[in-house]
Amino acid sequence: MLNDPAALIIRKKTWDGYFLLALRSPRVARRAKPGQFLMVRVSGRPYPLLRRPLSIHARDENTIEIFFARSGLGTAILADKKTGETLDILGPLGRGFSIPKAVKGKTFCLVGGGRGIAPLYFLARELRAKGGHPRVFYGGKTEADLPLLQKFAAQKMEVFVSTDDGSLGFPGLVTAMLEKELARSASPALIFACGPDPMMKRTAEFAAERKIPAQVSLESIMGCGIGACWGCVKKIRTGGSAEWVKICEEGPVFPASEVVWDAENTPSPSSPPTRGGESVGRTR
Amino acid sequence: MARQLPDLTVDLGFLKLRNPVLAASGTFGYGLEFKPFVNLDKLGGIVVKGLYFNPRPGNPPPRLAESASGLINSIGLQGIGVRAFCEKVLPRLQGLQTPIIINVCGETDEEYAAVIDFLNKERRIAGFELNISCPNVKKEGRCPALSPDHTFSLVKLAKETSRLPLIVKLSPNVTDIVSVARAAEEGGADAISLINTLLAMAVDIETRRPRLANTFGGLSGPAVKPIALRMVYQVASRVRIPVIGMGGIMTGRDALEFLIVGARAVEVGTANFVDPGASVRIIREMDEFCREKKIKKIEEIIGTLKIDEVQASR
Repeated sequence: MLNDPAALIIRKKTWDGYFLLALRSPRVARRAKPGQFLMVRVSGRPYPLLRRPLSIHARDENTIEIFFARSGLGTAILADKKTGETLDILGPLGRGFSIPKAVKGKTFCLVGGGRGIAPLYFLARELRAKGGHPRVFYGGKTEADLPLLQKFAAQKMEVFVSTDDGSLGFPGLVTAMLEKELARSASPALIFACGPDPMMKRTAEFAAERKIPAQVSLESIMGCGIGACWGCVKKIRTGGSAEWVKICEEGPVFPASEVVWDAENTPSPSSPPTRGGESVGRTR
Repeated sequence: MARQLPDLTVDLGFLKLRNPVLAASGTFGYGLEFKPFVNLDKLGGIVVKGLYFNPRPGNPPPRLAESASGLINSIGLQGIGVRAFCEKVLPRLQGLQTPIIINVCGETDEEYAAVIDFLNKERRIAGFELNISCPNVKKEGRCPALSPDHTFSLVKLAKETSRLPLIVKLSPNVTDIVSVARAAEEGGADAISLINTLLAMAVDIETRRPRLANTFGGLSGPAVKPIALRMVYQVASRVRIPVIGMGGIMTGRDALEFLIVGARAVEVGTANFVDPGASVRIIREMDEFCREKKIKKIEEIIGTLKIDEVQASR
């Protein structure tokens, strides 16, 4: 991991309230793996104090991209950055998705809900570059929550779309769409999921029922992103017992079977960190 | 002509530091986490994350809430315990020159003593910082440092057990900080460090729930610096043992304020989260200040606050 001053080379407002920043940082770009994240310093002032964790959305040889919704003080400041400014970033951080050695000819399901879609774009491209076949299941509350749809389509990815309100694609939860699709097609080699806790919980249960290995990317409020503050823990089964594990260091991606999906670990969607508003410490 | 380097060393009496900047406990992990970002040997010292005798699970999440220029945490001293620390972490700290200070925790007075007893033999350890002031492990922030009597008896027990220098870390959540500091001094403390975090909370108005699972947490960061500075000044002018100041130090100038009011050294905490290189940057900024002001020895600055007689009589 590096602390790098990265030049902001492109700022794009992609959709109502969503932003894409391309950062020039060859050293971070070279090391980045899908599922890893950056800690981005949004201002040099004492407020907002903490860096914001943002997953790596895409990379090429010299640049990395972050994609985020303007949802709080930190992301509002980030959204207002101008091309040519320099951002102080730490990265690439954490353990990303674990991609099996043999990818060629295999099918993978990528399940993304809302903002959780951001790192799956990087993952899908990586899987395809290695000869795999990613099938993307992309869900949002409504049509306006699917800002990356065209980007996936432009890459000619196989994308299944769902909206909770039925405004576009499958009417209902993305997990219901996944279950329906997999009822009539062969099991994938692996399921990758990133999104709200209830979505990942259901994905994990379904994967276990179907005996399909699955990996989930967790999010939490984060203080430092480098394992020093112990603020970003989730309950993970390690060996026989479950304990609070730092997701910045041991995650954010975990085998779905190791995550404990109880109420203490996955507060209801209406309770603090997973709700909109202040975007402190989202990994996406 | 070679420019003369300002001498940044400070003498705590029981320990000489190459400069007055230590990394604060709970913000620097076990030290190793920062190896990619700072040359650890440039630090005055490292106070590692608090250790109980046994591994400790810590509090449920959410454990953090950001506030204006501050951070509220309720980690609950999750940690690996002394055995794992000695087996897994200490060997990896062997190559370092910088002094390692162990932040000592205990559920009971006996556990504090057991931690010290277990670690006494470790040659790599330069001293202990007795953490009697964590607000996140007992109900409503209760801790020994809220009571002068308990502070005295616990420090006395720790000092009797310890073969190494003992720093006692105090809580700001008291009405009369001087009486607690004096109790620590009478109990045999070799130095006092302060402040630990301020008991605090944050609320989500949408859900009307506390933002922290534990309801209360400890506030740190730039927001607390003026309070920390006031308390360090009060204590430093009323005890004979050295005082290590901390609370919201983000820059070299912040650190110098603490030295001027009487701290012999400082600890840098929350700043490490924001800028992993903060501790080394702060040392550099203090060095630059000394050059600018032609100060040959940083110790010349310590306790030089100028108070007019009129002000002093108030």
